[in-house]
Amino acid sequence: MSTIEIIAYVLGALSIGSALMVVLSMHPVRSVLYLILTFFMISANYILLNAQFLAIVNIVVYAGAIMVLFLFVLMLLNLSKDNEPRASKWMKLAASLAAGTLIIVLVAALKDAVYLPVEEAAMANDQGLVENLGQLLFTKYVLPFETSSVLFIAAMVGAVLLSKKEKQIID
Amino acid sequence: MGLVTTLGSGISLEYYVILSTILFTIGVLGVLIRKNAIIILMSVELMLNAVNLLMAAFSTYHGTSDAQVFVFFIMVVAAAEATVGLSILVLLYRNRKTVDVGVFNKLKG
Repeated sequence: MSTIEIIAYVLGALSIGSALMVVLSMHPVRSVLYLILTFFMISANYILLNAQFLAIVNIVVYAGAIMVLFLFVLMLLNLSKDNEPRASKWMKLAASLAAGTLIIVLVAALKDAVYLPVEEAAMANDQGLVENLGQLLFTKYVLPFETSSVLFIAAMVGAVLLSKKEKQIID
Repeated sequence: MGLVTTLGSGISLEYYVILSTILFTIGVLGVLIRKNAIIILMSVELMLNAVNLLMAAFSTYHGTSDAQVFVFFIMVVAAAEATVGLSILVLLYRNRKTVDVGVFNKLKG
């Protein structure tokens, strides 16, 4: 087994373990921290896959921005282990059965999947770097790129509008 | 100037397919098993990340960068979704003083 193989399998096991802890940990703040750990593991997988730009963006956007937002809301709402809503035993059993069935079906369907042959010649080492992706982003995908700015404006206006305190109507 | 390359090292594409399937299922499990709305949103993020990993793996193993651009767009949409979702949650908490999804049943009829 080569070193990269060992690294990949350890990263896979760690990401599955921390993802499970996100779901199973009853403390919301702990869940957020485990999710950040999962994102770091996924970023490491991106580096193994030669997608360096995605690895950095994943850390900056997910672990940096989105998870801080989650943590901020958790602190704002002052949620702790004591007022954590718990599902009933039957609900948990049904959910576990449903998720277990889903993974069995997915793995069974993917087991016999025929993959296209991997072309090592077409594979370039620099395809995941910011230069290559930036050129794609500003030529082939320039319309979706500009549209996403409209999406961001809409999300920003929506968030501000939603969280603004409504004026009390006194009648 | 890649840092490391997975090609030729014995890691097959199937490994990434199975890994992201497992991560996606854990996300589904989180949506089903938890009643805290914030944790449910986090599980959705986990599912999005599983799909991102799969797309990056296919992109690398087939030598095209297009899927990585799509991963970038998924991240953009996820950021917007988290912002709006969390502000809706804060609003709900202000009205009901809880984030239990079982309590938000007024539209049930």
